[in-house]
Amino acid sequence: MIEIRKLSKWYGDTAVLRDCDLSIRKGEVVVVCGPSGSGKSTLLQCINGLEPFQQGDVVVDGIHVARAGRALPRLRARLGMVFQRFELFPHLDVMDNLCLAQRRVLGRTQGASEDKARVLLDRVGLSEHAGKYPAQLSGGQQQRVAIARALCMDPICMLFDEPTSALDPEMIGEVLEVMNQLAADGMTMVVVTHEMGFAHRIAHRVVFMDGGRILEDTETAAFFSAPQTERARLFLSRILSH
Amino acid sequence: MGYDWDFGFLVSRVKNGDETYLDWLLQGLFWTLCVALSAWLIALAIGIVVGSARTLRSRWVAGLAEAWVELLRNVPLLVQLLLGYFVVPELLPRELGLWVKQDMPPALTAIICLGLFTSARIAEQTRAGIEGLPAGQRQAALALGLTTTACYVIVLLPQALRRIMPTLTSEFMNIIKNSSVAFAIGVLELTFQARQMQEDSEHGLETYLVVTLLYVACALTANRGMAWIERRTRIPGYLGSSR
Repeated sequence: MIEIRKLSKWYGDTAVLRDCDLSIRKGEVVVVCGPSGSGKSTLLQCINGLEPFQQGDVVVDGIHVARAGRALPRLRARLGMVFQRFELFPHLDVMDNLCLAQRRVLGRTQGASEDKARVLLDRVGLSEHAGKYPAQLSGGQQQRVAIARALCMDPICMLFDEPTSALDPEMIGEVLEVMNQLAADGMTMVVVTHEMGFAHRIAHRVVFMDGGRILEDTETAAFFSAPQTERARLFLSRILSH
Repeated sequence: MGYDWDFGFLVSRVKNGDETYLDWLLQGLFWTLCVALSAWLIALAIGIVVGSARTLRSRWVAGLAEAWVELLRNVPLLVQLLLGYFVVPELLPRELGLWVKQDMPPALTAIICLGLFTSARIAEQTRAGIEGLPAGQRQAALALGLTTTACYVIVLLPQALRRIMPTLTSEFMNIIKNSSVAFAIGVLELTFQARQMQEDSEHGLETYLVVTLLYVACALTANRGMAWIERRTRIPGYLGSSR
């Protein structure tokens, strides 16, 4: 469903992605991990064309992202994205956050959008909060609304960019629970995260990045029991030791 | 102070006509508001578009917008007005230039010049408002499939404009006060009328006091109006809205 081939990107002279190859099949849950600045988020943002890149190909559902041109917004709408800092639109209430793109991008009626929004709010356990504004919700609630907002677009794949990194520890669980449920329903997911427990339980594969390169792309159990590279072994020992 | 204050002259007739001085003042007030409000609409419309353009990724568009801002804010307003009145008609195609010189009301020249001048200032404030938003807001809007235009109109500008309401309020008050330069090209606004009354009535001190009060009243009304809009558009739970 997603094919990344020989992807490279520079900011000036600094390479942030080097020769990355990754392919994600329908229904797969892939966790991308690695130290800060390793290029994980950038890789994710190249998939829906939020970040331009200089070399290589990103193909989503048969469409070349770099050459999508006017079709890019349509393509993005089919990839749900969840951000570290939620990025709900603060001037719109929860219902409007959920309906906005359904109406503008998918051309759904107000009624159809609201029906869809209610189903998904119920699914993330926030039915009573439809009329509230983002600033009136907790971080965990905001992130669940953000997930519901992405799901309203009936995405073929969900991209998560450190979805729990900005949350209080107490709220991480409620967001991971929603993501677990999504994975169990068969959603294709690419998740950038430091939650190794989540990766261990849910991911089919783990991709390990460092210095803009993909160093490992391994089946989950194998990654945790016997990482292939010394760098990944070191990363795991540091992150799991506390 | 031996000056003999007499505000009664306001209701007496002017030297050569049936009008009273009060009529002149009200006429001045009308033109001041007319020039200021029309210029404000131009300034807002152009300023918001140019300010948004300055934050686009396209270097070409952003550069053009920057040139607009620098051109208009590096020349004094009065000089711009005189340029617009005397020089621009000569640069236009002959027919159009002739029409501008002979038939175009000077108030229209003042409205355009003041509007363009203020648009550069509003553009800078709009840019600051947009750049002050978290980068993720733009990304989230685009990731949902919104076009760049929709992203600005629905997501970025409603937030940016709320944030710059205090400086927009100052700008609105400024445009009312700045409209006084229009007297230089013969627009019959408050300042023009004040000079005319001073010469006609020998009550210069009273005249300028009353005109000052009228400017203050206009600016304060503008201020209260903007404050009302600011309250009405406040986002629940956000940006100090508990006040």
